[in-house]
Amino acid sequence: MSKKSHLGLKFFTVREITGPLLFCESVTGVGFGEVVQVITPRGGEQIGQVIDISDEVTVIQVFEGTAGLSVESTAVRFTGETIKLPVSMDMFGRMFTGTGKPADGGPNILPEKYLDIHAPTINPYSREHPTKFIQTGISVIDGLNTLLLGQKLPLLSGTGLPHKLLASQIVRQAKVVGEEEGFTIVFAALGITSDEVTFFRNDFLKMGAMGKVVMFVNRAEEPAIERILTPRMALTAAEYFAFEHNLDVLVILVDMTNYCEALREISASRLEIPGRRGYPGYMYTDLATLYERAGIIKGKKGSVTQMPILTMPDDDITHPIADLTSYITEGQIILDREMFKKGTYPPIDPLPCLSRLMDKGIGAGKTRDDHKQLSDQLYYAYAEGKIVQGTALVSGEKALTSTDKLYLKFMERFEREFISQGFNENRDIEDTLNIGWTLLSILPKSELTRIEPSIIKKYHPNHEKEDSK
Amino acid sequence: MSKKISGKVSRIAGSFVTAKGMSGAQMFELVKVGEAGVIGEIIRLQGKVAVIQAYEETEGIKLGEKVFGTGKPLSVELGPGLIGQIFDGVQRPLTVISNMYGPLIKRGVEALALDRKKKWAFKPTLKKGTKVTGGDFVGSIQETSLIKNRIMVPPTISGVISDISSEGKYTITDPIAEVRTSGGLESLFLMHTWPVRKPRPYKTMLSPTEPLLSGQRIIDSFFPVAKGGIAATTGGFGTGKTVVLQTLAIWVDADVVVYIGCGERGNEMADVLDRFSKLKLGSSNQSLMNRTIFVANVSNMPIVAREASIYTGISLAEYYRDMGYNVALMADSTSRWAEALREISGRLEEMPGEEGYPAYLASRLAEFYARAGQVQTIGNEDRQGSITVLAAISPPGGDFSEPVTTNTLRIAKVFWALDFALAHRRHFPAINWFMSYSENLPMLEPWFAKVEKDWQKLCNEARTLLKEEEELREIVALIGAEILGDKQRSVFETAKMLKEYFLLQNAFHPVDAYCPIAKTYKMLRTFLKFYDKTKIAIDSGVPLVNILSLPIREKLSRLKTTPTEEFDSVYLEIDKEMNEQFENLESESSGGEDQI
Repeated sequence: MSKKSHLGLKFFTVREITGPLLFCESVTGVGFGEVVQVITPRGGEQIGQVIDISDEVTVIQVFEGTAGLSVESTAVRFTGETIKLPVSMDMFGRMFTGTGKPADGGPNILPEKYLDIHAPTINPYSREHPTKFIQTGISVIDGLNTLLLGQKLPLLSGTGLPHKLLASQIVRQAKVVGEEEGFTIVFAALGITSDEVTFFRNDFLKMGAMGKVVMFVNRAEEPAIERILTPRMALTAAEYFAFEHNLDVLVILVDMTNYCEALREISASRLEIPGRRGYPGYMYTDLATLYERAGIIKGKKGSVTQMPILTMPDDDITHPIADLTSYITEGQIILDREMFKKGTYPPIDPLPCLSRLMDKGIGAGKTRDDHKQLSDQLYYAYAEGKIVQGTALVSGEKALTSTDKLYLKFMERFEREFISQGFNENRDIEDTLNIGWTLLSILPKSELTRIEPSIIKKYHPNHEKEDSK
Repeated sequence: MSKKISGKVSRIAGSFVTAKGMSGAQMFELVKVGEAGVIGEIIRLQGKVAVIQAYEETEGIKLGEKVFGTGKPLSVELGPGLIGQIFDGVQRPLTVISNMYGPLIKRGVEALALDRKKKWAFKPTLKKGTKVTGGDFVGSIQETSLIKNRIMVPPTISGVISDISSEGKYTITDPIAEVRTSGGLESLFLMHTWPVRKPRPYKTMLSPTEPLLSGQRIIDSFFPVAKGGIAATTGGFGTGKTVVLQTLAIWVDADVVVYIGCGERGNEMADVLDRFSKLKLGSSNQSLMNRTIFVANVSNMPIVAREASIYTGISLAEYYRDMGYNVALMADSTSRWAEALREISGRLEEMPGEEGYPAYLASRLAEFYARAGQVQTIGNEDRQGSITVLAAISPPGGDFSEPVTTNTLRIAKVFWALDFALAHRRHFPAINWFMSYSENLPMLEPWFAKVEKDWQKLCNEARTLLKEEEELREIVALIGAEILGDKQRSVFETAKMLKEYFLLQNAFHPVDAYCPIAKTYKMLRTFLKFYDKTKIAIDSGVPLVNILSLPIREKLSRLKTTPTEEFDSVYLEIDKEMNEQFENLESESSGGEDQI
């Protein structure tokens, strides 16, 4: 049996078309996962992939939709290859479709390489664990939920909340302190609307950053199935920049909810047994194959940092998409509707937020020696303030002790002065921490149980004053 | 010996390969698929058709490619050289793979679990002519500075030693002894293999009597787990399951620790590996790696290997248990394992049970946990060993009523419930002291009573105090704090002290990370004494404000960060000062009354 006999030939063997799937007669020598060119009746070409193959039937998933395909006059051509993305350093400043073709009217790039979009797992032993602090200039992130180089930290948002603004502010301000080279951005639009794509593109243009940005765009109206490829294209490009060209790459994936919807749609068309709320049982694993592609490899200079953005349906954090994402990623930043209603920007409620890697990237020599303790104390005080606020709502302010009232005051000023900041305000880490101290000085020193006396002595603004009293 | 089978691929769907012509194949037999030699396991047989779950990517496999049986189920290699290693879910050594193939794990990479070239200094302990049975020690090897590996007669062999090597250096494949069995001569090596899904035999299961000390105050005092017990820790994302398990892996007083990272994060695994290689065990100068084995199957590695990883891990644990060691096994997270089970079941189109999990989830969990316990090991010698399983569960949406949590809690006797509310205020470990429990406690009571007679009494007092505070809090939330008298306020104040200075423990603080049992006791005793004295003082008319401004309070807050060497003297000093300061208070206040 000659192994390559089937390559290059057109087969008119399609028997059935359902959703994004083509069912064809099997051809000897076709491999599982192989890329298939689907030739439409009008002569166009679409990409597909073999997702199930048996002696009787070969199932092909068509990535650009099956609209216009017919059973009689659609042909398939097997390529013997897996899905690959052509990459080169000329990609910067360009916009591509969700399947990696130029989408800005420009010419095809001259590829330096073709890379398989399904990357093998990074050996955990070969990973360098993240320790470098990324300053975003946003207090509630830098001070309380620090982002590190090589981390994956999602923004969990809701419809109508300003996650786009926040993402754009982060892209504009993020830098590794002490390093001249800024971030390179790989941006993947997953099923978002045209005006959202335009918003980001204009924003990148405005900050003069377009030369450092590569965009992969799958708009809402484009086939859902293509969305499965888009983040993989983006991450493949990011890995190429990071691990072959030593760049620090920040990958923005927006909106992962649309990605998961696409996953569910395809799963349903494949008649798979659904898991929670109709999403496929393998969604955790599937998301992990994306999110786990963040990180740093020992002996290589670059890094891939991920910031996936998703809108939680009905602001429900227990929804499978938000839940599974947070189980895989290294923390989460949550945009809160109550904060938004109060007019706070960024509307982040720090309590449910977390950066799991934070402790490794802060402290003396990285940010400042008081950072961890200060952050813990701010957390404690803010949580305490919220409890007091609850009591005050039920039984009125007169039910509060004098310390309670101070916590209440702390909470209000914390929201106003620490969390809240301007869209163009870029606070450095010193500023952020100092604001924290100013606010803590509202409370009696005896309440600062999470901070060591030596640190209080060093940083507490009223330390000397109170002692001389 | 069964004849090696060979068949042909007739279907590939995801990680599942169907092969025809597989006559003679056995369930769970390990097979190699296609030119790439992708490893898989037979999970269903229908006539001559076998369904194989592949441990690696199946991309590129073609119809008609050959499938070879290995005649053996998925097995682990057991021998010296396991400790300090990092394996994937099917026991491939990740360090070796990294050195041989670079940072990415590509398909078809092969590496044997144990180093074939390394020579070990073997000391025989048996003579020719000795009657032996499975589990008997033939000799020993100093595997690491902490662990002496006992070379055992494999569980399946018994007979008379007909030959044994003299003291010297051998590789793991050199024969070191020969046993005349009823079926003929069998050679013994430093290593042997064991099928992972089959529990290693033991003589009898014993009832545990000793706690597995963790150096974590809330665990050791309120919710201890026995050596040989099962503890589950459950919480939504971000409540600190992984940190709890990692902290325990560092500090528990087990001889050997097996840490299974099952479907979790790569960066986290990198971090734990990095930390462990730098950390020393307790006060000794020994690297923590000298007692630890890692099984790391991160979330984007093939799910089928993830499903296998917990069996691989517990087989390694059983091997050291059989030598008479106390082994602690951490499984983070069993939910990811269950999800792998669900995914496999779904692909096999089995009838789903609750939440899509297969109906046999509960029995699989039970089978796995049944491999924990304190046992009388096999072998002629009287010997005990134990496996304590500490499992993390990641319930979707933080909902404890989901199948993995409920089915585990039916088996696990110790439950550490992690709480969002505590985590949000950065109170770690976020173990909720009302929801958690330890059914091991009654059988451990005699042990604790030996440490300190009133241990249990103190723990109960502390827990009652926390409960009282909770109840008061509910009242206050309704009608405000102004109605509280000084005595009730003192409940708040002491409960706060307990929470902040005792239950809260910083896993990353050089001193606080580990709290010896004696220190835990003395701390608890000090806080409760303070509470008793407070109550007495209030009764004799001292206002609470005066008590709260006692200088001793500041010292109490620093008890937990007082280094162990200095602790005893500080403790006595504090005790003395507390007595004095309260006496002064009372005399002042009674003095004040006199003047009126």
